[in-house]
Amino acid sequence: MLRFVLKRIALMVPVLLGLSVLLFAWVRALPGDPARALLGERANPESIARVTERYGFDEPLLEQYLRYLGALVTGDFGSSIRTGQSVTESFLERFPATVELALAALLFAVLVGIPVGYLAARHQGRPLDTIVMSGSLLGVATPVFFLAILLKLVFADWLHWLPTSLRQDARIDATHLTNFYVLDGLLTREWDAAWDAMVHLVLPGLALGTIPLAIIARITRASVAEVLNEDYVRTAESKGLTRRLISRRHVLRNALLPVVTTIGLQAGLLLSGAVLTETVFAFNGMGEYLFDAIGQRDYPVLQGFILFIALIYALINLLVDLAYGLIDPRVRVS
Amino acid sequence: MNAGRRDNDQPLLSVRNLAVTFQLRGQHAAKAVDDVSFDIRAGQHVGLVGESGSGKSVTSLAIMGLLPRRGVRVSGEVMFDGTNLLSKSRGEMSALRGRDISMVFQDPMTSLNPVIPIGIQVAEIIQRHFNASKSAALERTEELLARVGIPDPRRRLGEYPHQLSGGMRQRVLIAMALACEPRLLIADEPTTALDVTIQAQVLEVLKKLVADTDAALLMITHDLGIVAGLCDTVNVMYAGRVVESATRERLFAQPQHPYTGGLLESIPKLDSPRGAPLRPIPGSPTQVLPWSEGCAFAPRCGNRTEECTARTPDLDPAGDRHLRCFNPLSRTAAEARR
Amino acid sequence: MSINLPPISDVPAAETAVMPGEGPGGGLWRGAWRRLRRNPTAIMGAAIIAFFVLVAVFAPLLAPYEPGSAQWSGDVTPTTVPGPDDDHLLGLDRFGSDLYTQLLFGARQSLVYGVVSTAIGLSVGALLGVLAGGLGGWVDTAVMRAVDIMLSVPSLLLAVSIAAVLGQNAYSIMIAIGAAQVPIFARLLRGSMLAQGRTDYVLAANALGIRRRRIVMGHMLPNAIGPTIVQATLNLATAIIEVAALSFLGLGSSDPAVAEWGRMLVAAQDRFEAAPRLALLPGTAIAVTALGFTLFGEALREALDPRNRR
Repeated sequence: MLRFVLKRIALMVPVLLGLSVLLFAWVRALPGDPARALLGERANPESIARVTERYGFDEPLLEQYLRYLGALVTGDFGSSIRTGQSVTESFLERFPATVELALAALLFAVLVGIPVGYLAARHQGRPLDTIVMSGSLLGVATPVFFLAILLKLVFADWLHWLPTSLRQDARIDATHLTNFYVLDGLLTREWDAAWDAMVHLVLPGLALGTIPLAIIARITRASVAEVLNEDYVRTAESKGLTRRLISRRHVLRNALLPVVTTIGLQAGLLLSGAVLTETVFAFNGMGEYLFDAIGQRDYPVLQGFILFIALIYALINLLVDLAYGLIDPRVRVS
Repeated sequence: MNAGRRDNDQPLLSVRNLAVTFQLRGQHAAKAVDDVSFDIRAGQHVGLVGESGSGKSVTSLAIMGLLPRRGVRVSGEVMFDGTNLLSKSRGEMSALRGRDISMVFQDPMTSLNPVIPIGIQVAEIIQRHFNASKSAALERTEELLARVGIPDPRRRLGEYPHQLSGGMRQRVLIAMALACEPRLLIADEPTTALDVTIQAQVLEVLKKLVADTDAALLMITHDLGIVAGLCDTVNVMYAGRVVESATRERLFAQPQHPYTGGLLESIPKLDSPRGAPLRPIPGSPTQVLPWSEGCAFAPRCGNRTEECTARTPDLDPAGDRHLRCFNPLSRTAAEARR
Repeated sequence: MSINLPPISDVPAAETAVMPGEGPGGGLWRGAWRRLRRNPTAIMGAAIIAFFVLVAVFAPLLAPYEPGSAQWSGDVTPTTVPGPDDDHLLGLDRFGSDLYTQLLFGARQSLVYGVVSTAIGLSVGALLGVLAGGLGGWVDTAVMRAVDIMLSVPSLLLAVSIAAVLGQNAYSIMIAIGAAQVPIFARLLRGSMLAQGRTDYVLAANALGIRRRRIVMGHMLPNAIGPTIVQATLNLATAIIEVAALSFLGLGSSDPAVAEWGRMLVAAQDRFEAAPRLALLPGTAIAVTALGFTLFGEALREALDPRNRR
């Protein structure tokens, strides 16, 4: 098991190195003098000189890259042009918010998507199946940000059932230990704070979770439908096992294998979807931070962000592979 | 058959006029099995022989109640121990499957669940039908695995199907099918997917366990060699119908249906002169005449006459056998002699 | 004893040896077409696509006014946006242009952006995929490593970063979204080429000494092309959504005269309560158009799936 993990991590290294080269080249590919591109047209000569010095833009490219790489390895992802704040720090501060949102969305997608997909497969070709399948296509086709706007309009602005924005009501005096607001509320036993944080997660979570939900439901349906045709399910039936046992032990366990892979692939979708969702709900996470960075062309932030996302993405897929191994013994051995 | 003998001689399984029609949305109905009748008495070994597509597997699935419910129509009677299986509810069938009738399937590579240890897969059938605890079921499983000739059965309990060879997997499936000592075992081409060298071993195991448990056996195969070594009576199927049924001795000594004759002739024999060509049945199983228009075998039959494509032959008793043919081999042989 | 193999095109219908792309009478595509025509999903998708394309092409004829003219900007106040009346079917947008006109021209934008970017992604990706899958060796390794790196970043963020470098104009959006699609097509095509390479009919063709190029172009490619076309159709939907998303993130064209659904949606955000239609209409337009391509793509996938062939 350990060897497998180490091997996977070793495989990640060249990809991340390649990405760092691209990102390095990316800032240098910006039109004009890189320092000026970073600082914008209105920058004064002093700050340009300072940035040129800091990033070593006047040195040979290889040296510049090694310097960049060295900084990355020590966890220095650069600092924001606008605020001067360290990119790494800003991320770590905002990361919990995005994780909380992504997990809420994923929970919603998995808890609804798998049962719905399973039912659809069991009712193949009948009305329930048709409804689920067409609903899921609609879900895939609806842009995240439009759905977010729509949900906000209906449930927050019109019906006033749920909050329009932010992660927690400003009037609540909550203690923040980890910056995972729900977790903080539970840890400090500030139940109202935890509840309020959860309430604030509902709309963004629904918006962000809908596309993964649709995809998970479709994959589950296809996968269950395929497994139901497998010989070993017929064997289980020939043994006279109860329907419940056949579903749980023989169908679902096998059918979930592709679903687990899909969930891993959704991670990228969730991360980029979070950028859009957080923008709509003023949910103070990485997404909103990135949105501001794009608006102001804060390249070091963008550069760091992309690398950071790639790293997280790779780790998530590693976790998914491990989970896969837990379910499928064939992978475990090899 | 007179009524007086019937009681003591009532067959364990009696299939009467079984017909299975597949009807998928927007497609023509296809009759996979048509008017199949045969009996199996307790402890008897019966062969069901035919090429692929002849409907023998569908027949077995219909007996087990394992055909999908949608798009399939089953008619006729499957009397098991005096009750009609076709009229039983889903729950009743599930209680009966695995306990009274069980089945060994063709492909051991795909018939075991890849993500569940084999011990659990065998034990669960014992737990289901004997209300046994998990540990008791596993203990019995170990015993069964030993009986089907799996070495080191205790260790094997926790292994997964991919860790076993095809022959070992088929032994597991046999152990599974006979775990509850059913009265009838249906074996659907149990050795076809195995290496030739393994086939005989697995067949021996099957034979031994069937004998030990006194189960009746319905052996479904295309291999007359297996039938010759195993079955008391043989039913030959073609295009969904039984065309000839007889005791093994009679069938092999004097095949009457030209199709049966063809099957026998296409087996290489050690005592035939060297270089003598094999005689395969001409044509392919796809060249079939619908039974409603005559004899389905007519397009490939050497004995074909005009009658064969004008009327449909019935399965008539002919001496000690049943035969569905207008021009059986014995008659043509006699004519040739004359 | 010599075995006379029949010419490759006459291989009997043994299951492992059929050549799906070259069956008698081009069975694959004809069969797919037959199944598509009977599939209500496909018909609905095709109808939506046809409607969208017609609107996009004939926008100048259908629209009552010039796009992005903002000529009624005086009627728009910070709290109100005039709704539908006799002159304006759907009212004004928040800049004082005719909303109906903007929507029609938005279709045009989406079509052009979607088609061009997908065409870029498809052509570059397919080229790389065929090279990698067909040639193998170091070409394959190089291409696949590049694809891995590109796929290590979620596609929208990849597009964002490319668009940020290229600057704020229409081409940069198309190139960015197209480039983000390249790895998808490259991997897909390479995968199906390799899968085809392992099939019995290609092995048979190799064994018969048919030239490599003829095998790749004549046998492998036609069989790999089906999934690629399906993916392209589905990617049109994604591309249209991503164009809107980039606009939403402020990376679209900076010219306010250009009507674009995504930007209309952003602009509508601060007038939600006053005029929800400003957000609902362009948002629905994006969703329905994307749905059309998705429906058709899924139906096409189903139709081309050999398991559904009868």
